[in-house]
Amino acid sequence: MTAVANSWRFKKPSVLPGFGLTLGFALFYLSVIVLIPLAALLLRPWELGVDGVFAAVTAPRVVAALQLSFGAALIASLINAVFGLIVAWMLVRYEFPGKRIIDALVDLPFALPTAVAGIALTTLYAPNGWIGQYLEPLGIKVAYTPLGVVFALTFIGLPFVVRSVQPVLADLEKEFEEAAASLGATRAQTFRRVIFPAVLPSWLTGVALAFARAVGEYGSVIFIAGNLPMVSEIAPLLIIIKLEQYDYAGAAAVGSAMLAISFLLLLAINMLQAWARAR
Amino acid sequence: MTKPTRKFRYPTKDSAPVRIALTLAGVAYIALFLLTPLIAVFAEALRNGAAAFLAAITEKDALAAMWLTLTVAAIAVPLNTIFGLAAAWSVAKFDFWGKSVLITLIDLPFSVSPVISGLVYVLLFGAQGYLGPWLDELGIKVIFTVTGLVLATVFVTFPFVARELIPLMQEQGVAEEEAALSLGASGWQMFWRVTLPNVRWGLLYGILLCNARAMGEFGAVSVVSGHIRGLTNTMPLHVEILYNEYNFAAAFAVASILALLALVTLVLKSALEWRYGDEIAATHRH
Repeated sequence: MTAVANSWRFKKPSVLPGFGLTLGFALFYLSVIVLIPLAALLLRPWELGVDGVFAAVTAPRVVAALQLSFGAALIASLINAVFGLIVAWMLVRYEFPGKRIIDALVDLPFALPTAVAGIALTTLYAPNGWIGQYLEPLGIKVAYTPLGVVFALTFIGLPFVVRSVQPVLADLEKEFEEAAASLGATRAQTFRRVIFPAVLPSWLTGVALAFARAVGEYGSVIFIAGNLPMVSEIAPLLIIIKLEQYDYAGAAAVGSAMLAISFLLLLAINMLQAWARAR
Repeated sequence: MTKPTRKFRYPTKDSAPVRIALTLAGVAYIALFLLTPLIAVFAEALRNGAAAFLAAITEKDALAAMWLTLTVAAIAVPLNTIFGLAAAWSVAKFDFWGKSVLITLIDLPFSVSPVISGLVYVLLFGAQGYLGPWLDELGIKVIFTVTGLVLATVFVTFPFVARELIPLMQEQGVAEEEAALSLGASGWQMFWRVTLPNVRWGLLYGILLCNARAMGEFGAVSVVSGHIRGLTNTMPLHVEILYNEYNFAAAFAVASILALLALVTLVLKSALEWRYGDEIAATHRH
């Protein structure tokens, strides 16, 4: 008996049917749609040789595009980190007219096609646009500058922080805050020492998700960015330009570099989260 | 000397100035980034009047783009629904080695740039792709055809149904299925009469989100489409072409149809969350 219990099994015994069929189909479909194509992406650049790959991803135009994509995504996710937390707090803790409409509207960037968002934002922030015409005299240019890229990426990442923090805030026991208050904590102290540590892991998750989404975003950005090489050209657009020049290996090199950097950043954030939880 | 009395305040509630300031900041942020773009789409679409709007959305290429978008979604969404059900069944109802790796891999397409989602298929099936020349000899074309559009759409909408169903089915456990089997139900009877009814609202929720993304996807399909008017132009791509031709009113007219679709999706999504919140994983996850 002990021999059986200790022996290694691929699957725990179960009376339910269909394990082989469903897992087999899931693995087949996953391989054909996702894994094999991604393997092709990681394999392709190496036909340039190690030096060629290094040269391809360190070309000034590529470095500038990667810097813009990751830099603008970082700023956008920091904006969303602050305001996303405020919106989540407002939706959970306060009552005001129109709250349910705002709650539903938060998911708009998930539902609205990115190209639609892109042309709408451009119309708003172009120098003669609805909002742009008032910013122009102040010397603020949004459309066709890196600032426009930040605006588009802020739009795209908006729901992530709100939707990560909101359920955690809603589940937070009032007793903790009452206990803190009865022990003499001010409201600010209660927030800093009791509420914030509780929502920190989900808040970081939301920021990381918003960042990851923003780094790869294409549709909403290309209309508002102006796409000047070295200034407002994002990395995904550079991939498309390289593809149009039939530079498959170069496109794959930039794509692989984006994946690698995103992966490392998400790994770092996961470790940060594990640390936040352990504390 | 009497001590100044302080007005009583609930210790768990914010003071009025804080509440008002935060609400104003939150509402202003939502209005600036979400509401104004949405209003802009509809206002620009109707700028030249209803007749021009109707002409733009009933124009031949626009209708072809709408038909293509519906076709692509009608293929991609059922494929990912079947995958989602199969993956959720194996992952949620059984324990096996490497399960958590599989769950991570299912989520992978969400962290990949849409442009890369299209690029990977060009690298496989394009003229200079790994399989391109070989498929060419067989007379099969993938890139710049509807097949390519479907593949790219399947990639970007891959996780939606599975990631909704997995936590839901994990939570529901296996007791009901085991009871059905012990009472003599066959595997399919158990699936149709026990498992599927239990997850129906969650499944619908996943399909709704999957469909919205499938119809609205831009980056991935842009890479594989080739932008052939009337043939491989989906609605979002048609919006781009019209916009780049400075035909703004027509671009926003087609865009407003997509925005309307997004609003319908949001209303249905909110309705599902409100009515069947307990039977949807997304509303009580994290």
